[in-house]
Amino acid sequence: MTATLRPPASACPACSAAPAAQALAARPAPEEAHIVLSLPTIHCAACMAAVERALHAAPGVTAARVNLTQKRVNIEAAPDMAAADLIPVVEAAGYEAHELDASAIAATATDRAGRDLLMRLAVAGFASMNVMLLSIAVWSGAEGQTRDLFHWISALIVLPAVAFSAQPFFRNAWTALKARTLNMDVPISLAILLALVTSLWETSLSGEHAYFDAAIALTFFLLTGRYLDHRTRAVARSAAEELAALEVPRAWRIGAEGEEQVPVAELRVGDLVRVRPGGRMPVDGEITEGTSELDRSLLTGETLPVYAAPGRPVSAGEVNLTGPLTIRASAVGRDTSLARMADLVAIAESGRSRYTSLADRAAKLYAPGVHILSALAFLGWLAWSGDLRVALNIAAAVLIITCPCALGLAVPAVTTAASGRLFKRGLLIKDATALERLAQIDTVVFDKTGTLTAGTPELTNLDDFTRRDLQIALALAQGSSHPLSQALTSAAQAAGITPADLEDLEEVPGHGTQATWQGRQVRLGRATWTGGQATESTAAWLRVGTDGPAQAFLFTDRLREGAAETVAALKSAGHRVILLSGDTTAAVETLARRLDIPHWMAEALPQDKVARIEALTAEGRHVLMVGDGLNDTAALTAAHASISPASALDAARVASDIVLLGRSLAPIPQALTTATKATRRIRENFTIATWYNVIAVPLAVAGLCSPLIAALAMSASSITVSLNALRLR
Amino acid sequence: MNVLTYLIPISLVLGGLGLAFFVFTLRSNQYDDPEGDARRILSGEYDDHPKP
Repeated sequence: MTATLRPPASACPACSAAPAAQALAARPAPEEAHIVLSLPTIHCAACMAAVERALHAAPGVTAARVNLTQKRVNIEAAPDMAAADLIPVVEAAGYEAHELDASAIAATATDRAGRDLLMRLAVAGFASMNVMLLSIAVWSGAEGQTRDLFHWISALIVLPAVAFSAQPFFRNAWTALKARTLNMDVPISLAILLALVTSLWETSLSGEHAYFDAAIALTFFLLTGRYLDHRTRAVARSAAEELAALEVPRAWRIGAEGEEQVPVAELRVGDLVRVRPGGRMPVDGEITEGTSELDRSLLTGETLPVYAAPGRPVSAGEVNLTGPLTIRASAVGRDTSLARMADLVAIAESGRSRYTSLADRAAKLYAPGVHILSALAFLGWLAWSGDLRVALNIAAAVLIITCPCALGLAVPAVTTAASGRLFKRGLLIKDATALERLAQIDTVVFDKTGTLTAGTPELTNLDDFTRRDLQIALALAQGSSHPLSQALTSAAQAAGITPADLEDLEEVPGHGTQATWQGRQVRLGRATWTGGQATESTAAWLRVGTDGPAQAFLFTDRLREGAAETVAALKSAGHRVILLSGDTTAAVETLARRLDIPHWMAEALPQDKVARIEALTAEGRHVLMVGDGLNDTAALTAAHASISPASALDAARVASDIVLLGRSLAPIPQALTTATKATRRIRENFTIATWYNVIAVPLAVAGLCSPLIAALAMSASSITVSLNALRLR
Repeated sequence: MNVLTYLIPISLVLGGLGLAFFVFTLRSNQYDDPEGDARRILSGEYDDHPKP
């Protein structure tokens, strides 16, 4: 229920992280030496001590403190120290370390809203405990002046406590009323206020029943629900911000005094930017110098690297593979992928709003129902007894009994338990309703490159070559850092091949490597350069001297960890699995056959993917899209629910509901099971809460409901609902 | 029943002290790293020279 209690938040926490990345791009390179490192593998007391000891021993470090909850270390160091100096220190101690941009994550350090809620919760808890002590005396038979005294003391405690603690409800109810709508906060605020007013009136007349305890207990339980909800969100947001902070967007600009490192946001159209091998294009532009190969898989899904020479346009996000390139920026900042990303976020938010969560649907039925019921009780009793005081008392009792304590806890308690469980397995739930949507899934659409495959090639036809050729190929491949060369090197070394002796080994960026072997020229590289026959699948050609045509080393994409198991598990769970890829037919067909996926589509443009998903949706299917590239973002948005791996472009991560933090795909089927279970628990919780109301409301309307029964019903239903949510573990 | 004149204020003051202490822990960032603090106490490293 709490989903409707708060003001409408952004559809995804990562959206608020994306502007953080832009904000940090706008800043100059950090000069102060407050360094934050991410330590993903840290897990114990000994680890903390080891990392802190290693860092303290390093020269220039003044203080280091590990935060185990966030798996980070905060370091204060001399001004000339940089993260790059300290990462080896931590790695030498045996732990993986990555630089985090301190300013991008500063926002999570002080979680003001969470602290504010916790303070209100503490005050409400303190007040409700004290009032409950006094109320027990009244329930067990205190009479006359003692009862009045206790009621007055309760009033004294409850009035300021409610004035402070219940402010979030009052504020939201006021906003809703100003907009002439009803949300859950309206009946809540009304119940609290009406209970206080009638109780004060009763007490001043030495009446028997006062609902001070109910008013404060209500505030306490509802704040608990809201705090749980906030924490789940805060954890997701902080993890999403961390993903954004891991990518420090800087570029090397060629200025008058040579190369300098600048934030990407400072680049202007016409600037010359140097992109080293392995680097990602920071802007759209045109190559002015150098030859190389480009990996465009994140943008288009193609696995085959593309030849890059001066004059060829490049777009932001492509990865430079072999030689250094100089590009002239033609579109920067808002005109490139950043702007595209912002557009996609906007689309994503409007798309998500189509889904009404279980909580919202319950609230829609509930909020008017409560008001009508309590108004009817008031009017009925007024007409029947003619006593305003009795009628008001009964109306207050009805509002308190129906007040959605259990409903307010029903959703957040389950989502907290479920997302905590999934986070431990490496899934980050970004969207509040993602679990509910995930539970409805019956069709799973995968992207190929970077999602089902790891994006690293694997040699397939090692046995087709003679030992001599392999020795030459290995020696040539060792001279290059191209991904195909590296795959060839590791495959040949695993087969026990030793490199041949070569002379004049040189890498020709964009083409391959060449050398002289026993007086003959040997080449390993692209088909056009070695004189080989172009093939459909990814390949590298070896030509030895002039004997015969060039031979092709064929590669396939290595499967991502857990891909085969995931597809099998999804199929056996009765889901329809579909493969949509922008890659060539041959490559997609091979993979589909290897994973036994019956439905596949190759050479799909981004629009084709969206069209396919929309067609499936029109058939009444609920589609889960799993993808990582820029060409998938529209499809991720169009699908009913979406997952992207942490290695995806930030645009894809922003567009998806769930981020896979680890390398393996294996958590996906488990996530579907957990989501189904969680949704079942939410429904059960609604049922439990409804039953409490069904039993207690007639009592309240009949005027038989004492403050004791109200307190019992409220606490019992809240506790049952919370315990039911915890069963999810 | 005269005892109530003492007992009720005393119980309220004690409860209030608890609340004030909680507010103090909240203000001094003691909930930033619950997991790390729970384990840090097991380490003997800072016994002689407490970490600032």
